[in-house]
Amino acid sequence: MSPTRAPARERHRTAARADHASPSAALTREQKLELYYYMRLTRSLEERLVNLYRQTKVIGGLFRSLGQEADAVGAAFALDKSRNDILSPLIRNLGAMLVRGATPVEVIRQYMAKGDSPTKGKELNIHFGSVERGFIGQISHLGDMVPVMAGVTLTFKMRGEDRVGLVFVGDGATSTGAFHEGINFAAVQRCPLVVVVENNGYAYSTPVTKQTAAKQFIDKAAGYGVAGERADGNDVLAVYDVVKRAVERARRGDGVTLVELVTYRRKGHAEHDNQSYVPAGEIDRWAAENDPLDRYVHVLRDEFGATDAELAAIDQRVQREIDGATDVAEQSPMPEPLEALRGVYGDIEMIPPVWYREEVKSAVTEHERAEGWGTYNG
Amino acid sequence: MASAKAAATGEVTYLEAIRQGLFEEMERDVNVFCMGEDIGRYGGAFKVTEGLIDRFGESRVIDTPISEVAIVGAGAGAAHMGMRPVCEMQFMDFVSNAYDMLTNYVATARYRIGLGCPMVVRGPSGGYVRGGPFHSQNPEAAFVHTPGLKIVSPATARDAKGLIKSAIRDDDCVLFFEHKYLYRRVKETMPDGDYTVPIGKARVAREGTDISIITYAATLWKALEAAEQMEKEDGVSVEVIDLRTLLPLDDEAILATVRKTNRVLIVHEDTRTGGLAGEITARINEMAFEWLDAPVLRVTAADVPLPYSPPLEDYVLPQTSDIMRALRRLAAY
Repeated sequence: MSPTRAPARERHRTAARADHASPSAALTREQKLELYYYMRLTRSLEERLVNLYRQTKVIGGLFRSLGQEADAVGAAFALDKSRNDILSPLIRNLGAMLVRGATPVEVIRQYMAKGDSPTKGKELNIHFGSVERGFIGQISHLGDMVPVMAGVTLTFKMRGEDRVGLVFVGDGATSTGAFHEGINFAAVQRCPLVVVVENNGYAYSTPVTKQTAAKQFIDKAAGYGVAGERADGNDVLAVYDVVKRAVERARRGDGVTLVELVTYRRKGHAEHDNQSYVPAGEIDRWAAENDPLDRYVHVLRDEFGATDAELAAIDQRVQREIDGATDVAEQSPMPEPLEALRGVYGDIEMIPPVWYREEVKSAVTEHERAEGWGTYNG
Repeated sequence: MASAKAAATGEVTYLEAIRQGLFEEMERDVNVFCMGEDIGRYGGAFKVTEGLIDRFGESRVIDTPISEVAIVGAGAGAAHMGMRPVCEMQFMDFVSNAYDMLTNYVATARYRIGLGCPMVVRGPSGGYVRGGPFHSQNPEAAFVHTPGLKIVSPATARDAKGLIKSAIRDDDCVLFFEHKYLYRRVKETMPDGDYTVPIGKARVAREGTDISIITYAATLWKALEAAEQMEKEDGVSVEVIDLRTLLPLDDEAILATVRKTNRVLIVHEDTRTGGLAGEITARINEMAFEWLDAPVLRVTAADVPLPYSPPLEDYVLPQTSDIMRALRRLAAY
């Protein structure tokens, strides 16, 4: 599972899709173009965030999923919106959230710490959720969402609902106790849960070879007594196929599947990370030979007869939406400082201010960009 | 479920009171379910959940793997979906295994992303039972420090029942510290009907005028014993406040008793440094310094892991005689 060998695009071509029984064969032309739309939206939205970051309008770190758009979008697309299947994304799964209805304006407001962002300025970046739309916000402690999603899907089972849950973890999170306890619990309870290990080669600077001695992450499936399937994470239709099979397995009561999606993280852990630990040429090779958007554009054109005009129209729509969202988000107000004291408990409206803040509405008059964010270039 | 003798007197033990509360809430609300290690057919290490599986079945009384992280994490996920999970820690000593899940996920979910965790994490805590370092802990202070959680710690059978019912109905996560020394040692009759005790309200366990003891859980009974003895031997009238809820603290009740007696002793079984007594002392200092006639004193466990052998455990944990010595020092101040 070495991430350093970028497989040639040709080798990944449609081996699974050649089989007309594969789930993606049933996707309509419109749905296939929708997959492209979400992948393009993910990439362009992150590019816009980079611009805003360089203008110092993004507060805190910026996390990219460049080169991983296919696995996030394809996996989320395999869930059923009408049943309100629930997913829990990780930091490289902006695309999955967009598929489930997170909007660019919400994302930009989050990154700019605005008062009308989904978390009202209390949480960072894409750490937000909407149970109504089917996604639950992550926390930074990797692996913790696996037990939480075990509980979400345990509830589906207890209530006899035919809903499914999906939780993303990275290669690094598989080393945590929470991952182990969560997947084991879900396996024992036969929860309708899909656990996606997004193997992008690195956890911050640590390569997969220092994360596990297993040859591949799906080897762990046997230890938990669950199904394991692996797919090329940069082939959106292959991702859709493997996750869709896992979703259907869960929906019919056959329990947990551990899915490994092999991809590659082309940017650093966050925008400040200069990736000095990556072997020379590795990133360029993946960018040139195995970009998920490039690959899917070829598939759309060559196999499904999409025209340049159609794709350009989608690109323009994406650009329009992002421009509009940026304008709206930039106009959004920053939060009122006292909002910091609200929402800790359901039945206590506000934590009382301490005495030296009782008449004080704001502690300082001007806020600064915190030092150390986005400045590391060692 | 109750023993024949208790049934005859109408008295219910602290342990049976908790079981009654669980039973009634599971009857009342189909979303309430229990999860934990050995809680099903076996009925739990202390038999708190005994009989529940017969009434409610395996799907609502779930035996789990030995996985505190999964028990609490899955509880949070189920709570997000509208369930009311009651998670048992076989001993509260093991809640530290779920510390990350409780403090980072459960306690913050509402504040961060607007998703509440209406759930209870309950289990036996406390010493005086020769349980040694890992079956006697009082880990409440570690969680009192975490905004977003609520913490209750009943000392009486009525409060145990009333508070477990309130905890299950609360829209946030309540850590429910039962005291294993009290499980079968205290009992009383239960009020009729749907009896609940509000979270966040302390109780005056004994009226007095000269000195106040603020305490909770097992040391309530030692405080009451000492108060009686003070009355008889020294003619000093001691008020005893049973906090019942540790987070959020009932500032009003604390302030009221300080204003009444002007002398305060805080007693808890938890260790001294960083224990709740320090926080209560600071609050009294801030709120009512001018009402004090003496420094606030505290009687607590010594700052050591809790040892096993009786002479060692008895030496470390607060005893009635310790409380007497502290009360006499306050009275003489």
